[in-house]
Amino acid sequence: MSMEVITGNHAAGYALSVAGEANRTARGVACGIYPITPQTEIVEYVANFPFSKGRVVPVESEHSAMAVSMGASMNGARAFTASSANGIAYMAENIMVAGYYRLPIVMVAVNRTLGPPWNIWADQGDSLMLRDFAWLQFYCETNQEVLDTTLLAFRLAEDRRVLLPVLTCMDAFIVSHTQTGTDLPDQADVDRYLPDLDLPHRLHMGEARTLGGLAWPHEGLSMRLEIDEAMRRVPEVYEECRASFQDTFGRDPGAMIECFATDDAETVLVASGTIATTAREVVRGRRAEGEKVGLVKIKMFRPFPIVALQAACRSATRMAVLDRNYAAGIGGIFWHDIRAGFQGRRDDLLIQSYLTGLCGGDVTPAVIDDVLADIGSRETAGDPVWEGIDAGEGAKQ
Amino acid sequence: MSASTVPRPTDPQTSISCEDDCLLRPGNTNCGGCGMSVGLTMLGRALAEAGDTCTLVIPACCGIVTAGAYPTTSYAVPTIASTFASSPAIASGVASIRDLNGEPGQVICWAGDGGTYDIGIATLSAAAERNENIIYICYDNEIYGNTGGQRSSATPAGARTSTTPQGKAQDKKDIMSIMAAHRIPYAATLSIAHPEDFARKLQTALEIPGMRFLLMHSPCPTGWKSEPGDSVELVRIAVASGLFPLYEVFDGTAYRLNAELGDIDVAEYFTRQRRFRDEEIDLGAARRACAERMRRLHALAEQYPATN
Repeated sequence: MSMEVITGNHAAGYALSVAGEANRTARGVACGIYPITPQTEIVEYVANFPFSKGRVVPVESEHSAMAVSMGASMNGARAFTASSANGIAYMAENIMVAGYYRLPIVMVAVNRTLGPPWNIWADQGDSLMLRDFAWLQFYCETNQEVLDTTLLAFRLAEDRRVLLPVLTCMDAFIVSHTQTGTDLPDQADVDRYLPDLDLPHRLHMGEARTLGGLAWPHEGLSMRLEIDEAMRRVPEVYEECRASFQDTFGRDPGAMIECFATDDAETVLVASGTIATTAREVVRGRRAEGEKVGLVKIKMFRPFPIVALQAACRSATRMAVLDRNYAAGIGGIFWHDIRAGFQGRRDDLLIQSYLTGLCGGDVTPAVIDDVLADIGSRETAGDPVWEGIDAGEGAKQ
Repeated sequence: MSASTVPRPTDPQTSISCEDDCLLRPGNTNCGGCGMSVGLTMLGRALAEAGDTCTLVIPACCGIVTAGAYPTTSYAVPTIASTFASSPAIASGVASIRDLNGEPGQVICWAGDGGTYDIGIATLSAAAERNENIIYICYDNEIYGNTGGQRSSATPAGARTSTTPQGKAQDKKDIMSIMAAHRIPYAATLSIAHPEDFARKLQTALEIPGMRFLLMHSPCPTGWKSEPGDSVELVRIAVASGLFPLYEVFDGTAYRLNAELGDIDVAEYFTRQRRFRDEEIDLGAARRACAERMRRLHALAEQYPATN
C-alpha cells in the first residue's frame, strides 16, 4: 500500500486498472474507452496502464465503448469503462443491455450535468437516468471511497448470486478533480481480493449458445424475475464483500447507508455524494447545540436500501431529502424512491424534497441551514423546494 | 399460485455441440428464396472446409430472428444477438479476448444493410480504422426487411418501399468504396449466383488476418416482391448487367474483377421485381450507371492490379 495525493479520477483509474490486471491469471481484461469531461482522466489512466493480459480499445463513441466491454465480458474477460453526462445518455442503450445480458461490467460515472444548457459541473441526473436498468449503483463521497467501492464493485458484480453490472459514481470536479491523500492498495492484495472471473454464461467455441436472442413472454418474464432475485440478494452479498475488503485491505469501504447521529434524531437529512460531507458538518454543529438532527448518507442507490433506511429513521418524524438531481414533473429522484419506500409504513413521517446543487451549484452549510429551517417549520410535506433560487412568481403560475 | 400462473422454465438453453458442419441448422423459419439463408449455408461449408469455426455477432436484422426463440437456436455456433449499431464493437471485444488467450476461431459479424450502411456505419468505420481482427459480412437485401420493408441507404434508386411509396429518389450508397478507403486488408463482393467465386473469397477472407469486409447481394422475395424461385437468377442478372459487380480489393489499393459482363440487359432485373415500376425506372440512366461502374472498376483493376 502507498499513500499518494491523487484526484478522484486517478483513484478510479487505478482501481479499474488493478482490478483488470488481477484477472491476468484467467481470461484477461479488455475495455472500450472514450473521452468526455470530467471523466477523461480515468480512461487516460487505463490507456496508459501496462496490462499483462489486456487490451484497451479507444473507440469512436460511448455507445461502442460499452459494446467493446460487453464483447470482452461475454468472452469471459473482466471489463469496465467510464463516462459522464451526455456520454452516458449516448451509451444508454448498451448500458441497458449489459444488465439484461447479466454481464458483471463495472462503470465509473463522474456525475456531470446533462446538457443543454451545456455545463460540466456536478449533477447526478446522468447516472440516475439509468436507475431502472439492471445495474447496481453506488454514490461515493471521497477519493478513497471511489477507489474502494470500485474495487469492491468487481467482487460484487462477479459473485454468482449477483451477476449484474455495477456503476460507481462521484461528483464532477468536487471529487473527480480534487486531490486528496488516498491509499493505493498493492496489486498483490487486489489479486487476493478479486478471484479469477469465471462467467457461467460466457461464450465457448464448440457450444451452440445464442446470447440475447428472442424469448417468449414466459421465458422473458422468468429472466426478469431472476434479476429481481439477484437484486434482493445484493445487501447480503455486499456485506460479505465489505467484510472481506476489510480483511484484505484493513479499511471499511463503507456501509450501504451511513447513519450519522440518527439514533434519537427527530429530523433526518438524507443526502448522497459530497452533499453528505457538508450536511454531516452541519449536523455535528446542531448536535453540539442539542438539536436532535441526524444524517443518512445513501451510498447504495440500486438496489434501493429501503429496509436499512427505515431502520435508521425509526425515531424521526421529519425527513429532508437533498437531491442533486431532478426528475422533471416529479422532483428529487432519491426523494421519490424514499417516499415510495415509506408509503403505508410511516404515516407519521413527513418526507420533503429539496433540490440542491443542481447544475453544479454549491451546496454550502447555509443551504443546509435553510433546509433545516424549512423542514422544522412544516406542518405537511409539499412540492419540491428549489434551494438556491428564488422561485418567485414563476412557481405560482 | 393463481390459475393464471405457470411454473418457471427450468431448462437451460440447449447446449448442442457444433460438430456438424451445418452452420444454419434445419428447422429455421426463414422465407423461401432467402439469399441470406444460402449465404449462411455457404459460410458454414467454407468454415468446415477450412477446418475453422466461428463466433457470430449479429445485430438486429433477419439474421438474428433466424436463431429462433429461446431455449433453442438455429445457429450451431456461439452467437451474440447484438444491439443494432454495435456488432463490430462487440466483435472487437470478443476477438480481443480470443487473441489474448491465443484461441482459434473467427469472430464474424453477420449484418444486414440497415446495420451496415445506416445505423452501424460509424461503428463499422471505427473497427475498420483499428483494423480489428474480425470478418464483417453484410448480407445486403437493400431494405429494412425485418421491419417490413423500409428504405435504407442501400436501397437502389427507383425501388418502392413502405417509406418510399413513389420509388426511392437517391442512388444506393457505395459501401465498397467506403470500406476500401479504410485500406483494410480485404474487401470483396459476393453473389450466391457465383458459388465457386463465393467460396473462394470466403477462403481468402479466412486466411487473411485483420479487418475483412464482405458484401453479399442478398435477394429478398418478400421485400423485392419477386418470385422465390427467381432469387438466384436475379442476383446473376445483377452481376451480368454491371449492377452488382464481383470484385476484390486488397489493402484498399489493389483490385481484381471476378466476373465479366454477360449478354443481358439491366431491364431484365427490374421487370422481374414488383418493387420497381416501369414508369419510375430510368433505364437509360441505369444502363449508363452500370457501364460507368464497370469502366471505373476495369480502370482500377488495370492500373492497380492485385498481384497475389
